[in-house]
Amino acid sequence: MKKEIICTVCPMGCHITVEGEGEQILSVTGYTCKRGLEYASAEFAHPVRILTTTVKTDSEKCPLLAVRSNKPIPKEKQMDCMAVIRGIQAKAPVNRYDVLVENICDTGVDIVATGVLK
Amino acid sequence: MYNINCDVAIVGGGPAGLSAAVAAKKEGAERVLVIERDESIGGILQQCIHPGFGLSYFKEELTGPEYAGRFAEEAEELGVEFLLNSMVLEVNEKEGNVVCVNKEYGMTCINAGSIVLAMGCRERTRANIMTPGARPAGVYTAGAAQRLVNRQNELVGKKVVILGSGDIGMIMARRMTLEGAQVLAVIEIMDFLAGLTRNKVQCLDDFGIPLYLSHTITKIHGYQRVEGISFAQVDERKKPIPGTEQFIECDTLLLSVGLIPENELTRQTGIAISPVTNGPKVNQYMQTSAEKVFACGNVVHVNDLVDNVSTESLKAGKYAAQYAMNKLAATVKTVENVPGENVRYLCPQSLSISEENEKASLYFRVLHPESNVTIIAKSGDKVLAKKKALRVNPGEMEHIDFNTAEVEGDNVTVSVLKEV
Repeated sequence: MKKEIICTVCPMGCHITVEGEGEQILSVTGYTCKRGLEYASAEFAHPVRILTTTVKTDSEKCPLLAVRSNKPIPKEKQMDCMAVIRGIQAKAPVNRYDVLVENICDTGVDIVATGVLK
Repeated sequence: MYNINCDVAIVGGGPAGLSAAVAAKKEGAERVLVIERDESIGGILQQCIHPGFGLSYFKEELTGPEYAGRFAEEAEELGVEFLLNSMVLEVNEKEGNVVCVNKEYGMTCINAGSIVLAMGCRERTRANIMTPGARPAGVYTAGAAQRLVNRQNELVGKKVVILGSGDIGMIMARRMTLEGAQVLAVIEIMDFLAGLTRNKVQCLDDFGIPLYLSHTITKIHGYQRVEGISFAQVDERKKPIPGTEQFIECDTLLLSVGLIPENELTRQTGIAISPVTNGPKVNQYMQTSAEKVFACGNVVHVNDLVDNVSTESLKAGKYAAQYAMNKLAATVKTVENVPGENVRYLCPQSLSISEENEKASLYFRVLHPESNVTIIAKSGDKVLAKKKALRVNPGEMEHIDFNTAEVEGDNVTVSVLKEV
């Protein structure tokens, strides 16, 4: 399988072509730096994203609390994680980086607060 | 009228105002007061829940609330005071005061040794770009929709079209998708992306959202609520090409079509405004044409990175505190900074040279993208600084640094030259 990846490491935006099967990479071409090579390889074999969203709260004044995944999660699991997050409610008080969902969708990643709920 | 006395009064409690407040306190100003119209501090960062902030300032990737939180906590620890829910109506540079209205105190006059303007910017609207068609509900600026979705728990629509490929527009495309809305198209009049490539990859491509470059909206349809939009391809003069028109059924249109520095107070005060940046002209101390008044952040020029806003605002706070304490170095000569080849503007616009040598940083944007360039700052025939860059882009602010003691002429020119 051949995949063209636009590098997002820096603003150059190199178009990198990766050839391989599954997690097996046969060739990477079109990169102009080491970071680009690493990014394209990871993006081909196992693309991940930081997920940020909000959760409902029990506070009338502040109905939403901003949250993030404390580590990147597999790209294809974003929507599954959203479904879990939609089902929870944060109860005051919440401090920044308090864990709201542990090991979400078996990713080994926690959903933590980025905002504060008093 | 209720009176408050302070050393440094700061208008705006967003990233610029918070950084300025922290720096003013650290410089030794005793009473630093931040005046904020919202009910909480942090400004626009409170609704920017996505990551991408702080990579250059903190060397780690933070979300908006985390970035704002770091400065807010530092400001609170240092004893910065906040006047929330307060709308500033007047800045009087001669008297050195700021008049605002506050629910608790009513009309309030804040007497200050120096004033920092940190009001930020606001979004361009449908009126600014004159989009034809009906005027139904469901047309939002991307930032207004972002506040509703991320802070007020109101999903603004189910079937969405976004006009403009700026970063806020693309980030809202992902945000609305994650919240269960369908984003049908992002339409951009230019033949290139307005925002960062990273946002196209992670906000549009990841969710299969189509991007139409060289297209624009030709009509908004709907009676009470948006029912759809017509859009067409544009020619080199950005005019719609007849026969290329298409229709998309949708209930919401988000506009991500640029930002304008919010300078009503600045103009009212009679402070000199740059016609290029639409913000006050400043020197390297971030001091405006009114010597008691300093300015920083997006009110001066629209930035693409909050990290740059913080760096610039720390300077404004530091020098505003020095001014209030009568410690700001006396100016011996004023030098104009002149944009040279492929430079749209320079900020600061002038340098106040004192007897002391200082490091000056000139921030600028190029006029057009270029690769393999040399950036040169010159004063007369003397080269003050020179550096190479692999790539420059109008969407990304650049800067060049040099020592003020080396400036010889009456102006400094910065040019971006293509290597031959």
